[in-house]
Amino acid sequence: MLEGLLLGLAAAVTPFNLVMVVLGCVIGTVIGMLPGLGPMSIIAIMIPVAIGLGDPTAALILLSGVYYGAIFGGSTSSILLNAPGVAGTVATSFDGYPMAQRGQAGKALTIAAIASFAGGTIGAILLMIFAPALSSVALLFHSAEYFALMVVGLSAIAAFAGTGQVAKALMMTILGLIMGTVGEGALSNMPRFTFGLMELQSGFSFITLAMAMFALPEALFLVLNPARGAQSGAGSAIKDLHITKDEARKIAPVIGRQSLQGFFIGVLPGAGATIASFLGYAVERNIAKGAEQAEFGKGSIKGLAAPESANNAACTGSFVPLLTLGIPGSGTTAILLGALIALNVTPGPRLMTDEPDVFWAVIISMYIGNLVLLILNLPLIPYIAKLLTIPRAYLIPFILFFTMMGSYIGQNNATELLILVGFGVVATILRFADYPLAPLLIGFILGTMMEDNFARAMQLYRGFGFILERPMTLALLILAAALVFVPAYRARRARLRQAGVADGD
Amino acid sequence: MALDRWIALVFVALCCVYGYAAFFTMDHLLPAILQRNPIWPSTFPKILSVLGVIVGLVVLLSPKAKTDAPDTSSAADAIDHRRLGDYNLGQALALLVLMVAYALALRPIGFLGATVLFLALGGFILGERKLHILIPVAAVAAGSIWYLVQEVLGIFLRPWPAFLI
Repeated sequence: MLEGLLLGLAAAVTPFNLVMVVLGCVIGTVIGMLPGLGPMSIIAIMIPVAIGLGDPTAALILLSGVYYGAIFGGSTSSILLNAPGVAGTVATSFDGYPMAQRGQAGKALTIAAIASFAGGTIGAILLMIFAPALSSVALLFHSAEYFALMVVGLSAIAAFAGTGQVAKALMMTILGLIMGTVGEGALSNMPRFTFGLMELQSGFSFITLAMAMFALPEALFLVLNPARGAQSGAGSAIKDLHITKDEARKIAPVIGRQSLQGFFIGVLPGAGATIASFLGYAVERNIAKGAEQAEFGKGSIKGLAAPESANNAACTGSFVPLLTLGIPGSGTTAILLGALIALNVTPGPRLMTDEPDVFWAVIISMYIGNLVLLILNLPLIPYIAKLLTIPRAYLIPFILFFTMMGSYIGQNNATELLILVGFGVVATILRFADYPLAPLLIGFILGTMMEDNFARAMQLYRGFGFILERPMTLALLILAAALVFVPAYRARRARLRQAGVADGD
Repeated sequence: MALDRWIALVFVALCCVYGYAAFFTMDHLLPAILQRNPIWPSTFPKILSVLGVIVGLVVLLSPKAKTDAPDTSSAADAIDHRRLGDYNLGQALALLVLMVAYALALRPIGFLGATVLFLALGGFILGERKLHILIPVAAVAAGSIWYLVQEVLGIFLRPWPAFLI
């Protein structure tokens, strides 16, 4: 591990890569603060820039810096305006905003920064321990297991979608897989489902799809409903950034617990920062006693520290399946996977042996990124917060423009923009009907890899025999089925019980 | 019928079309040598289309859950699509039309002209009337982004109308 660390240090601590970390963190913070732009949209917008860099290490460092910055920026707008820019920081506003209203905005921001820093750093240490171990196990996997593992990942994402949403999430996953089959297939170079259109020959571009699924609907929602992310005028004076020793002693155990818990939730496919932050908040509220518990929701520092450390640790945790298995567990890591493939790096168990410098540089850059966020943002926050006053008549056209640039630059093809607008409208309608969109994108990105592995397993075993002949594959597929059917069964039971039908069992 | 069920219906129809294409139109195009393979280009799509129809029907036919779990991420400012008319629908549609126009105009007018027009008109649609601020901001932004993309990233963007270059 030590030599890996040194290798990572050597690769990450070059002047250029350090500039990339700082740049990524600043861009992420600034854009993440704007209401309506989550980390997925920001990373999708930054991908053409990252690919333009040409060097996979620098690109990944830039993108992970953007990711952390976006989460941190999201907590800033949650605290100051009660307008979370990112779903993962909604829980931050529960206690952060009341603190800001009491005039303790500076203190709230400091606690958020320290909790984020601790969460991110502890997450990075855990990643360093777990990723190599998981990688060595993953090297034993064959294509049959990979196929089964991807099925498990996709079902888990659907299963974590929430009550009554499982079937919808599954539907979106299948839609994503179907869209992934458009274009030249993995097996032969025969174009499939292109309807004879040249533009579809190489399939849909994933950047266009990512923009259409996340950035465009968010921008349209901002247009439709100006109250979304409206300013409540709390961002006036931010002063008194210090916290007392007593307060530090109070939040330290919270940060420790939630960093661990957040990391492990982040590792699970489909869970991610949002669930980690809500769960972290709920757990800490239940653990707290008496007066402290009553303070939750009214400006408790514990209630602020918990979701902040949890969501940052979870962001780091979500890198584990990406880096070791090549399977993204969240929309954001799915976008990162797409960027990596575009840069000719294939994440997976071989990444550590084939390109150790990329692997370790990313981990080192996580430490550096967290440090940069802490040092850079604390003094700068009052100034960056001024950005929140940009009028929407300027902001929204720029968001739309960057969305279009992102998909145009990658392909240099204006048809891509028409596809973007078309899918964007479809995605907006899907959001109206409460369909989750991240499973669609993950299905789209995993679709090709899944079919490849499926095809290889079928060819090796001359048919579907691999399911029965490889016990691990069978076990994983049964797990996948259980993940989908158990929540559906429980939801059905709950519904019947509500209707007074199934009281018996 | 609620919007999500309409979408499920469309999805089932899409899967049927997709399944039809996979089951009936692809296999006879396959060279004889590849037909001895245990997996064909149509195998995976066939499985997907069957799964898609099943899942789509589940969404379409399952009874409505009593406790509609609110989306935690945006419960406070979610948009109710049944009252779409109450929101700024006109602005949103105008911006979409503007984006299509931008896509069509980008090549003929060139990047700089199209972008300045897009940013200025976009701001105008959203209610900004101070053109003496709006247009310079749009022009500076378009110019600096063009410079960044062309010079720093090295990706060619035609700046001026097609007949000039």
